[in-house]
Amino acid sequence: MPVEAAPALLAVDGVTKHFAGVTALSDVALDIRAGEILGLLGENGAGKSTLLKILSGVMPPSSGRITFDGADYAPSSPQDAKRAGIVTIYQELSLIPTLTVAENIFIGRAPTGPLGLVSWKRMERDSRDIIARVGLSIDPMTPVSALSVAEQQLVEIARALSLKSRLIIMDEPTSALTETEVQRLLSIMDRLRRDKVAIMFVTHRLEEASAICDRMTVLRDGRLAGHLDRQGGPIQLPRIIEKMVGRAASELYARPAQRAVAGDVVLSVRALRTVRDPEAPHAIVLDGVDIDLKAGEILGVAGLVGSGRTELARAIFGADRIAAGTITLDGQPIAPASPADAIALGIGLVPEDRKHQAIFAALGILPNFSVASLGRFSNGFGFMAERRERDALSGFRKMLSIRMASAEQAIEGLSGGNQQKVILARWLARDPKVLIVDEPTRGVDVGAKAEVHQILVQLAARGIAVMMISSELPEVLAVSDRIVTMRRGRITGEMPGVEANEEKLMELMALDKQDTLGQDAQGRDAERQAR
Amino acid sequence: MSVTEQSERGGGINFARLLMSFGPLLFLAALVVVFTVLKPSFIDPINLFNITRQISITGLIALGMTFVILTAGIDLSVGSLLAFCGMVAAVVAKGGAANTLSLSTSGTQGYGWFAALLAAVIVGAAAGGVQGLAITRLKVPPFVVTLGGLTVFRGLTLTISNGGPISGFDASMRWFGTGLIGPVPVPAIIFAIAAILCHIVLRYTRYGRAVYAVGGNAEAARLSGLRVDRILVSVYVIVGFFAGLAAFVLSARLNSSEAVAGIGYELTVISAVVIGGTSLFGGIGSVGGTVVGAALIGVLQNGLQFNNVSSYTQSIVIGLILILAVAFDRWLKSRVRR
Repeated sequence: MPVEAAPALLAVDGVTKHFAGVTALSDVALDIRAGEILGLLGENGAGKSTLLKILSGVMPPSSGRITFDGADYAPSSPQDAKRAGIVTIYQELSLIPTLTVAENIFIGRAPTGPLGLVSWKRMERDSRDIIARVGLSIDPMTPVSALSVAEQQLVEIARALSLKSRLIIMDEPTSALTETEVQRLLSIMDRLRRDKVAIMFVTHRLEEASAICDRMTVLRDGRLAGHLDRQGGPIQLPRIIEKMVGRAASELYARPAQRAVAGDVVLSVRALRTVRDPEAPHAIVLDGVDIDLKAGEILGVAGLVGSGRTELARAIFGADRIAAGTITLDGQPIAPASPADAIALGIGLVPEDRKHQAIFAALGILPNFSVASLGRFSNGFGFMAERRERDALSGFRKMLSIRMASAEQAIEGLSGGNQQKVILARWLARDPKVLIVDEPTRGVDVGAKAEVHQILVQLAARGIAVMMISSELPEVLAVSDRIVTMRRGRITGEMPGVEANEEKLMELMALDKQDTLGQDAQGRDAERQAR
Repeated sequence: MSVTEQSERGGGINFARLLMSFGPLLFLAALVVVFTVLKPSFIDPINLFNITRQISITGLIALGMTFVILTAGIDLSVGSLLAFCGMVAAVVAKGGAANTLSLSTSGTQGYGWFAALLAAVIVGAAAGGVQGLAITRLKVPPFVVTLGGLTVFRGLTLTISNGGPISGFDASMRWFGTGLIGPVPVPAIIFAIAAILCHIVLRYTRYGRAVYAVGGNAEAARLSGLRVDRILVSVYVIVGFFAGLAAFVLSARLNSSEAVAGIGYELTVISAVVIGGTSLFGGIGSVGGTVVGAALIGVLQNGLQFNNVSSYTQSIVIGLILILAVAFDRWLKSRVRR
């Protein structure tokens, strides 16, 4: 569409951002007009969040120019961005749960009466009008903690509107919503569009983006992959996927030669169900998952955020409670009630959030390494056998080429890749039968990523059954012998690693045949079959 | 610290690291020098041994509190628990709660010092265990549970003692509070042995590793297979045990168990641990630091008293030192990080 159609409300031009030698964004350009919904798409690490942080005033760009409403836009803080008229709604909502809806909407600017005291009556009446604009009919005096995530999100949008925001940026707003809630959100976005509000919709969900967006900007590896226009009909998914995947990304990871055939089934999961909260059993997280894991194979589990992939790992590992279903290990049914139980059975987990779930930041490398094997590294009286512990660590240091100065060094001082190797060593010290790795290369630089992949391949070659969860498709494709895809708590597909490609996986992860988003769903299906 | 690690860091940072390890110790040494200059008799061995006797009671509890604070917990009930355990010890030693100040009581109906000691530490450990269970099972924060414990144990003490003291123990029990081995007071020896044991447990055992891990990152500890709840309960058992031991020593020293004993001790004890460099957020700290922290408070109190500074002013000084010590620690850490 020609740019002259309407003046851009926000225009980003040549924006680049460097972090300590890494280029997160390189020469990115996009624009949004009033009354338009722009989709911002891209795989993990494509640079979407960096761009969001720049636009919302969290950090400045290294270079490039941004204009908003015709004037230069360089917010020094999120408050500054809000004052200018740009509000960002993050996945982690920023409402204060103990305060009421009205108080949250009017936080810092409560309407006052003649004596300078808060006028609760006016606040209540005004908030009722404001939340009606986003289709909410709740009592504004309800505490936010009593609302569902979807309702909280709408309250945030309402607050943004009451601030006279002209651009609302939504970061993955649908990832925690049910199908009905998604539909409601999309219709409210549509209503805002008619009110001439501009919306930047950052999402992984291609169908939703296709259903609502007027245009899309796709990022890949920190660069602009291209713009897509709604020419007459919705933007078709194959066009989006092609832009997101590109060619360069798949070349980054060289797939190792096909390995020897995997052995017997070690771990078998049947009809596994978990719920988010025992009080609300309809909030299903895993909805009947069947999975087999064989000795000596790497099983890749691909899925978007919220697809249940991490919950699957946690359920097997005894970290989350299981509602129904069975798990068998070496043919024996197991029911790990805690990670300690699962570990004793020979299962290990490298969790996705290294900083909060794996690392003891205050401690040195040695205690970080041996924490899961204190029994193996101590004598019968409970005293640590430090010689044995150190020898084991230095063995893994060589095997995994961990770059560290000494066993006493604080683990925080290591790079992300080396931290992750220490965590891998933590589990290898136990000789696990099953090793589950969740996002093994998150926060790991590119060179170390390949090393981590090599390590996983070596472990499988030693007969360990490896389950690798990742949202980076090139990574899944690079190391998996077999790949399953997940969506909404279910397995949606399975294929050998050699037969998989990004397009196939992306469709299985992002699309759900039962979903009918927009009237063109059937047309899309037909098109998919034609390809 | 190994040579390789030092070579990686700059010289100034090395200095900061050194200060971080030995800061409280240097400050302690400086205090001793200052007080000695002000009044040379401060350094007299009799006075120094007197200080060790003074710090041994709160010092013992501070050893247990180190375990608790290492797990990012807190125990506010220790002062009351000390009074309660002291009263239990007195009842057992005297064979009843009768408030009789009989000066030579050998041969009366009591059960002897050993039974009294045993009763004090068992009751202390059990009380700690109950609080630990309340923290882990009922998911009530340690601050709240032990704040409740603070009033509960005081109330229990007043109930069994009927408000008054129970006094007059036999000589074998009093020896634990007032006796000397050579020039060294017995309480100081008990404190020293306990400190060494605690140091060994925290530094060299599997259990010690688990305590640091739970305090450093409870979620990571759970995902590494540690039984986090059990470890949390155990540290409250340990601090309760030490409150019981300290109670026994205090009663022996005063030849009396007072219903009002130990009021405000929790603050002195926590101050000692924190001044000694243990982080209230857990995972960082050591027994050595706690011993130095306890000594620092003891030296300050004694030195100020020696120079006729009123106890009112003493409180002001100790409070300010506590804040400064933590501020200094923070500042050093920010230097080391950089």
